[in-house]
Amino acid sequence: MTSDRRVRVPRSPSPSEVGFALGEETQDPGTEAGSGLSRRSFIVGAAATLGTGAVLAACGGDSDETEAGGAAEGGGDLGEVTFGSNYSDEKPKEALAAAVATTGLDVAINTVDHNTYQENFNTYVQQPDDIMAWFAGYRMRAFASRGVVGDISDVWSDQLSGMSEGFKSASTGLDGSQYFVPFYFYAWGIHYRKSLFEENGYEIPTTWDDFKALCDTMQADGLVPLCAANDGGWPQMGMFDMINLRVNGYDYHVSLMGGNEDWTSPEVKEVFAKWNEILPYYQPDANGRTWQDAANALGDKSAGMYLLGNFVTSNFDGDTQQDIIDDIDFFLFPEINSEHGQDAIEAPIDGFMMAASPANEAGAKALLGGMGQPAAADAYIGVDPSVVAAVSGADTGSYNALQNKAAELVGGSKFIAQFLDRDTDPDFAANVVGKAIADFLADPGSIDSVLATVEEQKSTYTFE
Amino acid sequence: MATRLPAAKRRGAARKKLSLNRSDRIWLVAMVAFPAALHLLLVWIPALLTVVLSFTKWNNLDPFSAIEYVATENYRIIFTIFDTNLFPAMFNNFVLVIWLTICSAIGMLLAYLLDKEVAGSRIYQSIYYFPVVLSLAVVGFIWRSTMFSRDRGLLNMVWPGEPIDWVGDGQKLFEFSLPFLDFPLGLSRNFAALLVAMAWRHIGYIMVMYLAGLKAVDNSLKEAAAIDGCNEWQSFRQVIFPSLKPINVIVIVITVIEALRAYDIVAALNEPRGTEVLGTLVTNALLGEGAGRVGVGSAYGVVLLVLCIGFIIWYVADHYRKTA
Repeated sequence: MTSDRRVRVPRSPSPSEVGFALGEETQDPGTEAGSGLSRRSFIVGAAATLGTGAVLAACGGDSDETEAGGAAEGGGDLGEVTFGSNYSDEKPKEALAAAVATTGLDVAINTVDHNTYQENFNTYVQQPDDIMAWFAGYRMRAFASRGVVGDISDVWSDQLSGMSEGFKSASTGLDGSQYFVPFYFYAWGIHYRKSLFEENGYEIPTTWDDFKALCDTMQADGLVPLCAANDGGWPQMGMFDMINLRVNGYDYHVSLMGGNEDWTSPEVKEVFAKWNEILPYYQPDANGRTWQDAANALGDKSAGMYLLGNFVTSNFDGDTQQDIIDDIDFFLFPEINSEHGQDAIEAPIDGFMMAASPANEAGAKALLGGMGQPAAADAYIGVDPSVVAAVSGADTGSYNALQNKAAELVGGSKFIAQFLDRDTDPDFAANVVGKAIADFLADPGSIDSVLATVEEQKSTYTFE
Repeated sequence: MATRLPAAKRRGAARKKLSLNRSDRIWLVAMVAFPAALHLLLVWIPALLTVVLSFTKWNNLDPFSAIEYVATENYRIIFTIFDTNLFPAMFNNFVLVIWLTICSAIGMLLAYLLDKEVAGSRIYQSIYYFPVVLSLAVVGFIWRSTMFSRDRGLLNMVWPGEPIDWVGDGQKLFEFSLPFLDFPLGLSRNFAALLVAMAWRHIGYIMVMYLAGLKAVDNSLKEAAAIDGCNEWQSFRQVIFPSLKPINVIVIVITVIEALRAYDIVAALNEPRGTEVLGTLVTNALLGEGAGRVGVGSAYGVVLLVLCIGFIIWYVADHYRKTA
């Protein structure tokens, strides 16, 4: 039973767990560690974590202090700042140290294996370092509303001019103050093969009717229009989020995720009614398919489009399938309700929070401000080019086409959602909503009773 | 074996016990007390704390002082609001008890055949035993990616019809209703597929235990049975099976425990709908970053504990009734 500890509730991957597969022009032999979960490395990784549970557990106590910065002028006055980091792989670790060095502060980075860090965060956050790496959305808000992380609204007003409105709202707690500095992200969108669209003369759809018409055309051309995976219960949450954001808008979505709306309401039923319209275009049996298997259908051009995060490219091998990686592009989910247009996008964000009462508050705020500058992002990307920086004004010269697209679409979005299992109580997401979505996919006709069950079970959660 | 000792011999044993010297007694007390203390500390105290926590509400993030007593609210939640999780999970655990018992019987049969020293028995033995060295979580990973995968799994390659979604298809193979539930219970297709993967491992495990047991059966017993004119079945039923009693006891215990604690293989398959077991309900409620539902998870745990204790009490009572 020692291995059980490593098998956890499945959830959508964090930006730090998956990177962008890099295009040919930027491919550097050393970046494989950063390019995330290819199918092969996932299986090997799974086997390794199972086999070495005890070893990893033993490593959990280790932390490894790195001194960064301190040399540059101006940092000395503020004294040492401590920084809890889960950037534990070699490349991200080096990249983070380079980014921290640009702030010119005296920083002690305390690096912990990222699985251990995330599992123990509840305990760690009680006695944290001055600033710590974490995620945006509910995963930040839950800690913010319990008062265990510090308000950094003044950092936002004084230092973070380079962040778009969307990033600011994603960093804002329920009380309207900011608690988070975004660092990098990946985006969710509808991925497709550029060459397939060119060969068949398909146009990028911007409205729901165009989208369905394109699906019909693809079906007539003998393609499966939409790749569909739901193994682990999270991939199809993205479809729910996108349709809800388009039909009911970002504010309603946040309110629904916050437990303040009725799941049996006409608004939610409308989401599933719209969803039902495109189910005939799905690959059959979505519930048992892994996102990697679905991505293979995109790779061999048997399917046309795939709503997933940009990490879809990491399914393909950088050495033998480079042509596929370079051929994948994505577009925004089409407009359904003209009131909301295409104003929202999903993009899980990694970034930093401050302790509720840091030992060195002035230093912590200076460091957070510094990490939100283009210089820090540039230094990070210089070492690990598989990410897309949140701050506008970062040097995009090393980006490949997909990274540029992600930066452009997310930077231009008015609202950034984090993904269902990051935007609400994770237990509610996995055990109630995820289950309901799987039930809906298996039997779309049962949606009324499925939603009634969600509403009933929702009453046992507090969403604080 | 509860052979009755002659009264004199028993008295002798008692007298001998009294004659232990002081250091013997200290050792004896230490050898009993130390494991007993460990057992209490690591098993029963956490179990009791689980029972206590199941009557509280706590999110494992707030300090202990925030633990709130909610009486039986968590049980109301799991028995009425999450009944669509709890009862299918209990049913799946029940199916596992039955299924693994059948697998144990198959394991015994294989062991009996292999013990006959048929040609190549060592090769068969190794083949059947091989899966046992893998943890069930690993068995889950292997079956998920190589056998069950809908698009590139072995099963669908050899299956002549439309591909089957072995992992995700929670449709029920059969259903029945219980008077106090407003939804039917039944065996899902994907859980049935998972049972096959579990059998792959469990049969070999049980086979090895019986092989060891059979090696210990006195050959003269078998010969005597043969001389008395027993056929194969009579010899097995009347002579060999009774002499395997100690192994049978262990196998029953292992089988029931494996069935009740099942978790890892379901988790390795990413817990598709229809395959919930009590173990996954407990961990799903307890693990997670911001929002552990300690009370609800503990209540699921207590249900599991009660089932286990029920089995233990039945088993111990039965054992003593027979030996008395």
